[in-house]
Amino acid sequence: MAACSVEELLAKAEQEEAEKLKTISVQKELDLDFDVGNLLACDKNRIESKDFKEQNKEDFLRSLARDNTQLLINEIWKVPTERVEEAIVAKLPEPTTRLPREKPPPKPKPPTKWEQFAKLKGIQKKKKTNLVWDETRVAKNEFNRLKNVARSQKIKTPGVGLLPRAKQSKDELSKAVSVAKTSTASVGRFQDRLPKEKPPKNAGKRRKFEPLIGDFSSEKHKQLELLKVMDSKRPKLDITKAVNKQMREEDREEAASRKKGGKGGAARRPKGKGAKGKGGKAGGGKRRGKPGKR
Amino acid sequence: MRPLTEEETKAMFEKLSKYIGENIKLLVDRPDGTYCFRLHHDRVYYMSEKILKLATNFSRDKLISVGTCFGKFTKTKKFRLHITALDFLAPYAKFKVWVKPGAEQSFLYGNHVLKSGLGRITENTMQYQGVVVYSMADVPLGFGVAAKTTQECRRVDPLTIVVFHQADVGEFIRNEDTLT
Repeated sequence: MAACSVEELLAKAEQEEAEKLKTISVQKELDLDFDVGNLLACDKNRIESKDFKEQNKEDFLRSLARDNTQLLINEIWKVPTERVEEAIVAKLPEPTTRLPREKPPPKPKPPTKWEQFAKLKGIQKKKKTNLVWDETRVAKNEFNRLKNVARSQKIKTPGVGLLPRAKQSKDELSKAVSVAKTSTASVGRFQDRLPKEKPPKNAGKRRKFEPLIGDFSSEKHKQLELLKVMDSKRPKLDITKAVNKQMREEDREEAASRKKGGKGGAARRPKGKGAKGKGGKAGGGKRRGKPGKR
Repeated sequence: MRPLTEEETKAMFEKLSKYIGENIKLLVDRPDGTYCFRLHHDRVYYMSEKILKLATNFSRDKLISVGTCFGKFTKTKKFRLHITALDFLAPYAKFKVWVKPGAEQSFLYGNHVLKSGLGRITENTMQYQGVVVYSMADVPLGFGVAAKTTQECRRVDPLTIVVFHQADVGEFIRNEDTLT
């Protein structure tokens, strides 16, 4: 009994194995064309029309699709795989099928204004090389290098101001002129200037200033002296004020003399005195310390 | 930072004396300490020697301001007085102008003072005399230049300008960035 059942079991297991393999392996007359990159499988096998008509159409198509899909999956398994977050992922190769254009091809752009113009004039695009052999530049580089060397090593160099060059700039020429002018016995004091030539701007040496924290008392003293000089220079008598005052005085006297005929003398005199007194005091105050007209 | 040269000191004193007259010597020679003027990036600063000694510890590019800024020298070496000098001009001012409360705001916005806004004015003010402007409560508001003499001020009509605006305390808000 047990033996029978064991044999039965074994037979059943074998059958199942065979079935499993059968499902995985598929027999085809012609091998399929695979484009694993696009997950594409092309089946060129002929379909017998009688197969199609005999069986149930749906079943036939389903089984055909299943077989081809199985073959495609087999192909995918052949490709190297890797594990990404607990899922096995196959690295697909590049697709081999050439796909047609998705969108229509671009229309030719209308030429820009410049392009039209260039075509009209026959201008061609010329590429300028930016590396040009310049002898003067090379010479200047060399000179600067030697100067740097001399400076770093603290070697004394003769004073050289101007480099002879093929094309001198305006500054260099003016500098050359000023150097030539001052290279006389009297350091250029009696050299004539051209009619429209302007005198040089920075003629003197660098300015020297007092130290930041010098002698405070001497600084104060100098400033007070300066203030005294300024005060003395200011006119003590304000001309316009004096003139105006004088004019007012004259007007007042005239008005007073005109009224003399109408009014009595006694009423006028204190008024006159008071007015004169005020004028006098104000005049003195004015003359004393008020700032002059500026 | 460096001390001012003779010419620079002269230009500055000329300008200051327009507002405070001979009281400049009270700024130069103070009883409560040694104060000095120093020039930094074309601006003139007034500070005590203590502050000066502390300021020497800063490099030129990092030092923004020392003491009080009185004004600056323009590119053509003219001296321009700033509002920050008001604290030193106000107590020593020779000629003062008081402004009515209504016209205060107008002056603080940078407008000139009209006759209608004029409260009081010192007697014997000359034309184009430097004046310090006060509110009626004796609060210094700024300074300017008298456009008319005191006598003329009495006679002109209310809409003529009597004081040209030069600086007012509203500039602390308007020109914050340029005052240092």
